[in-house]
Amino acid sequence: MGIHKFHLNGKNIVLDVNSGSVHVVDELVFDILDFYKESTLEDIILKLENRYDKSDIKEAYKEIKKLEDEELLYSKDHYEKHFNYKDQNIVKALCLHVAHDCNLNCKYCFASQGNYSGKRELMPLDVGKKALEFLVKNSRNRKNLDVDFFGGEPLLNFEVVKELVIYGRKLQDEYDKNISFTITTNGLLLDDEKIDFINEHMENVVLSLDGRKEVHDKMRPTINNKGSYDLIVQKFKKLIEKRGNKDYFIRGTFTRDNLDFSKDVLHYKELGFDVTSLEPVVCDPNEDYSLLEEHIEKILEEYEKLSKEYIKINKSGERFIFYHFVIDLDQGPCVIRRVTGCGAGSNYLAVTPSGDLYPCHQFVDQPQFKIGDVFNGIIREDLRDKFRSVNIYTKEECKDCWAKFYCSGGCMANAYYINKDITKPYKLGCAMEKKRIECALSIAANLKD
Amino acid sequence: MKHIKTISGRSLNKTVCNSGCGECQTSCQSACKTSCTVGNQKCENDK
Ligand code: SF4
Ligand code: SF4
Repeated sequence: MGIHKFHLNGKNIVLDVNSGSVHVVDELVFDILDFYKESTLEDIILKLENRYDKSDIKEAYKEIKKLEDEELLYSKDHYEKHFNYKDQNIVKALCLHVAHDCNLNCKYCFASQGNYSGKRELMPLDVGKKALEFLVKNSRNRKNLDVDFFGGEPLLNFEVVKELVIYGRKLQDEYDKNISFTITTNGLLLDDEKIDFINEHMENVVLSLDGRKEVHDKMRPTINNKGSYDLIVQKFKKLIEKRGNKDYFIRGTFTRDNLDFSKDVLHYKELGFDVTSLEPVVCDPNEDYSLLEEHIEKILEEYEKLSKEYIKINKSGERFIFYHFVIDLDQGPCVIRRVTGCGAGSNYLAVTPSGDLYPCHQFVDQPQFKIGDVFNGIIREDLRDKFRSVNIYTKEECKDCWAKFYCSGGCMANAYYINKDITKPYKLGCAMEKKRIECALSIAANLKD
Repeated sequence: MKHIKTISGRSLNKTVCNSGCGECQTSCQSACKTSCTVGNQKCENDK
């Protein structure tokens, strides 16, 4: 594998997989690299001399060789042997499902029509408190902890959310931790009081919006089957305006109904929302909105289209962020983080309203994935071990994938729901992820000009 | 170099020395809830 090269947005880009070096090269180098590893300089000259000047070929070859010697091209993987997968029984993030109930009826909801397999349930305060205690007690020497209020719709249980934030602050002082709270909401119940509380106490807020009005209203109707777009956009604007510099995300889902989803991302921009993410729906392939193999070409094209607009916008000096197009080429996360990925089932767990623990929010209420509960802690050590052992070196597909240090092995829940195996990456997901990384690299290259 | 412009050097190797402190955010938490891209995460040691 060694390198990955591609052409996008006017650049020939070469990524050296193991060192993480990124090079922008001319056509000549791009062509030489097709043969470089297998051929001698003489052979390469024979192959390319009808198109390039001989002395240029020699010169370019030398440059490649120099980078190879400096381990900036075709470098080896020095990391695998450093890993110690043991000693990782540390929990540092919880997703609290404070409400398995919802006031919207989104078609693709994790909470399947707002009723989580038939049960509507709010998390009682004492269960939430137990969860926070479980977190601080199992976080060992980790200082920074994350708690996300999730649902269903967490604003349906807002009094408990408020109490839990206050309790969390007390615990963090007692245990010398730093808890960062996030809330994910559909916005319907936002009012001034809630907006102010969220802005004061939540380090991050994720606001669900699918893009253009017709797209949003089709997938995210209210319980009475009305659109929800008009109701929430004003509220989101108000929240963000009052939020100052604190983080937020506008987040949506796209389906086969809006394969032209770059328009939806750009619609966020039109609304003045500049920190965004839009995710492919993951669901049973038999649903009439699912993404299938036959849609992939259009989806990849759409990411490219978005990347072109993205470059234009950011070059004009405006700030606009699409989550998957951000890539930190100077450092970014450490290698261990890149190898181990999301941490579902080990560092990260989801808590149901009744206090059951699952590997992450996407596995909630799948009985075979119940890993413990907040009263007794982890019960299924075997399950925890299984999740912990999944990483880019233990997954066949990922091991040899050029994208592994950016992707980190994809989503285990997607893998499970599509392939019934958390170690078998979801193929469409991989194709999209790789395209997003190519877009991100080409954006970085263009913005560095 | 005439033919190659390196826009990022050995960025991955650099991260090995402070590797694995575990203080960074869990990616799924922060934004997307359906994937685990980490290439865009911030390192807590780099702030
Ligand atoms: S999940 Fe797919 S894209 Fe990601 S590293 Fe594995 S094979 Fe590559
Ligand atoms: S398994 Fe998927 S949904 Fe769950 S935490 Fe990991 S990336 Fe997120």
